[in-house]
Amino acid sequence: MQAGAATEPLTGNMDQTTEYKPVFVGERRQQLDDVFKRYPNKQAALLPALWIAQDEQGWISEATMAEVAEVLDLTAAYVKGVVTFYTMYHEHPVGEHFIQVCTTSPCNVCGAEGVVEAFLEHTGCGELGATSPDGKYTVIEVECLGACGFVTPVLIDDDFHDSVTGEKVPELLARYR
Amino acid sequence: MGYPHKPHPKETVLLSEDFGDAEARTYDGWIKRGGYKALEKALSMDRAAIIDEVKESGLRGRGGAGFPAGVKWNFMPKEPTGPHYLCCNADESEPGTFKDREILRWTPHALIEGCAITQYAIQAEVCYIYIRGEFTEAIEVMERALAEAYERGVLGGNAMGTGKRIDMYVHRGAGAYICGEETALMNSIEGQRGNPRIKPPFPAVRGLFGRPTTINNVETLASVAHIISRGSEWYKSLSLNNPRSTGTKLFSVCGQVKRPGNYEVVMGFPLKDLIYDLCGGMNDGRTLKACIPGGSSVPILNREETEACLLDYEGCQEVGTMLGSGGVIVLDDSADMVYQIMRLAHFYAHESCAQCTQCREGTGWTTRILRRILAGEGEMKDLDLLLDLADHMTGRTICPLADSCAAPVVSGINKFRGEFEAYIKGEKPATLAAV
Ligand SMILES: Cc1cc2nc3c(=O)[nH]c(=O)nc-3n(C[C@H](O)[C@H](O)[C@H](O)COP(=O)(O)O)c2cc1C
Ligand code: SF4
Ligand code: FES
Repeated sequence: MQAGAATEPLTGNMDQTTEYKPVFVGERRQQLDDVFKRYPNKQAALLPALWIAQDEQGWISEATMAEVAEVLDLTAAYVKGVVTFYTMYHEHPVGEHFIQVCTTSPCNVCGAEGVVEAFLEHTGCGELGATSPDGKYTVIEVECLGACGFVTPVLIDDDFHDSVTGEKVPELLARYR
Repeated sequence: MGYPHKPHPKETVLLSEDFGDAEARTYDGWIKRGGYKALEKALSMDRAAIIDEVKESGLRGRGGAGFPAGVKWNFMPKEPTGPHYLCCNADESEPGTFKDREILRWTPHALIEGCAITQYAIQAEVCYIYIRGEFTEAIEVMERALAEAYERGVLGGNAMGTGKRIDMYVHRGAGAYICGEETALMNSIEGQRGNPRIKPPFPAVRGLFGRPTTINNVETLASVAHIISRGSEWYKSLSLNNPRSTGTKLFSVCGQVKRPGNYEVVMGFPLKDLIYDLCGGMNDGRTLKACIPGGSSVPILNREETEACLLDYEGCQEVGTMLGSGGVIVLDDSADMVYQIMRLAHFYAHESCAQCTQCREGTGWTTRILRRILAGEGEMKDLDLLLDLADHMTGRTICPLADSCAAPVVSGINKFRGEFEAYIKGEKPATLAAV
């Protein structure tokens, strides 16, 4: 497997103000070692490793990519190529609570747009993709969440909520203060 | 409709019998329901006999293409020269489809049992269950069930006390519809971008990690245990229209109907009964306008075609569409066909892996032209342009995603042309701001 062009390992966070804290130490390292046992090579542990890193840090920075590359014997450029392919890895910091609302056709015909508007209003985000001024929320539209009969499905962090309506939004948000 | 709910008398519940019953999620609950007996039986059978039984049953892939499962398994080498793999496709991302999620989160042991039987039959010690990243609850339930199955000795180095190794792991996706395409799925497990591979070589020859691999859908695999316990003759008898379509099928119904949800019926069941009886019909005061019966990738049916359609592979073909994944999208007379087709094209443009020019450019242009029409800036020749684009997107790419974008556009223009023209002629006010 080709691993893309070699690059200098990156160090430090994007903003360069704080020192980079590695993910894969202690328990997290143990978690990764358990993942390795499931696959015949290290590269296959890339998606799981990125999940672990995002779980720990909230997003995937260039420095994180460099660390993941190092522990998996890949290049940072290769890791970045993979991170950018998948929509669920955050390449930028997001609000404390990340809200994903489905607006694909089946949900759209049943009123998903209204749910999006309610989230934008009650979180104070104002627009899609933006983080609310208090840093608490980011709201995005996503494509089919695989729950089209339970309109509108919404994913908040790791919690899947079915049958959300505009009216239910304030009550739902109260659980994510 | 959510679970638990009482099945409709016209349903035939096999896979969905325990949906909504949390006890069935546990190992003990599953054993109480007769679980893992089929696996025990299978492990005492000859491998070839299992494959023959499944072939004979007529079980066809429930992920979209409808390829006979037993025939696919038979492609796997009989004398392994190294590892074989099974991949369970739980990426379920086709708009309109939400059946696999119910199997994963209500009857995880049914899936484990089906995978284990299949692994034994194709000599795959390892199975990866590829679950889309958004299915957080399903992933959790599945992980817990797998841990229990290992603890109770169903899985591991001495599976069911037979001395055989059967390992099974969840691999979590990270947001990409295209990873449901089988070769993209394998790349994704290998830690790559989810680009589909050129075939041949087919997965049974050179698949995951370069080894012979079989990929099956969740519902296909969950059906296997039933065939092993009750036999192919019984399974074959579940057929209402064409003997080539057998067994029960889960249909996910969504959109503008009274009771959306999952319904399990025998192959060949009339689509109109599914909509008007099981789902309680249209919302008050509304009439049926259109239906997409097999997930968003198949041609759209008008009302007459919908009411004539029998739900199996051949029945759908007869009215010019496909059974696909069984995701039934229902639209009533209030739906704006142009807008909804634009929204579907947008979906494909968003999900294209961008390897093939026809797909990358075609899905994007289709969306932009449709938006232009919706903004009141379309011209009559745009309809021909859309059809021409669709032609260039059909049958010319590495995977059928481009075709999937073309299908609703072509059928939409052919069957609902008047709605497109109304925007173009200015008879209908623009619904999108000018671009
Ligand atoms: C773009 C695209 C997306 C697909 N998504 C899925 C999916 O989410 N789940 C699935 O089971 N099959 C999906 N398929 C079909 C798979 O490629 C494959 O045919 C199927 O998993 C085989 O299993 P089966 O024979 O049991 O149906 C998709 C195909 C394409 C072209
Ligand atoms: S048809 Fe589209 S999704 Fe499929 S391989 Fe080509 S570019 Fe990728
Ligand atoms: S279209 Fe919204 S969940 Fe499928």
